[in-house]
Amino acid sequence: MNALRRNVLKSAAGAGTVAVAVAAGLLKPTLAMAVAPRSAFEAKNVGDAMSAMGGGSPADSKDITVKAPDIAENGAVVPIEVTSNIAGTTAIAIIAEKNVTPLVAQFDLMGGTEGFISTRIKMGATALVRAVVTAGGKNFTAAKEVKVTIGGCGG
Amino acid sequence: MAEPMRIRATMAGNVADVKVLMNHPMETGARKDAKTGQLVPAHYITTVTATINGANVLNGGMSGGISKNPYLGFRVKGAKAGDKVVVNWVDNTGDKNTAEATIG
Repeated sequence: MNALRRNVLKSAAGAGTVAVAVAAGLLKPTLAMAVAPRSAFEAKNVGDAMSAMGGGSPADSKDITVKAPDIAENGAVVPIEVTSNIAGTTAIAIIAEKNVTPLVAQFDLMGGTEGFISTRIKMGATALVRAVVTAGGKNFTAAKEVKVTIGGCGG
Repeated sequence: MAEPMRIRATMAGNVADVKVLMNHPMETGARKDAKTGQLVPAHYITTVTATINGANVLNGGMSGGISKNPYLGFRVKGAKAGDKVVVNWVDNTGDKNTAEATIG
């Protein structure tokens, strides 16, 4: 009876580990693409954010347009528009490379939503604004530099 | 805290152009209050979802890196005038808001 109890405890601990691994983005759920885990948004550098959202090392693509001002006088409000002309675009992520937490937003697109996102972000310093597009299970990227006169991340 | 959210959805050809303006302070948690010198606690939208006639069209995640009073624009192919757009958000304190609009 005790042996059984041990086993139950063991398997429960095992399941817990898997759940943690999934939450940390180490294991990618094979089912429907989920929005990037919170850990990706809290990552302090581009590499960690990419791996947490399962971004891998995306290929540069000319079919992605990042529209942003060349110079942003106010880093608190920087308009960004990402257009992906890659067929079957299912997700768009926006990364401000020098921000304290670089991953700003990530959007899963479905049900006829086109590869287009328009929003406004905060930027702490002059940096590349990178779009990471997922299409057909592969990741593609494009970036544009935005010069920031006054940072908008506070602190 | 549930302040109004505005949605404008218009047809451009066979594509619905949806523009959403959310009302939210989007505090990163790294900003100091100018008067007290204390850190302003983080308060930002973490997830946004949009549906058209009940079908999911967009699921988004955000960090405090999105500007105050977030703006979000997206385009949905195959939607029709008269379809109902619903947008929901949830923030890091569990607060949430919903708004709907008809595509015109």
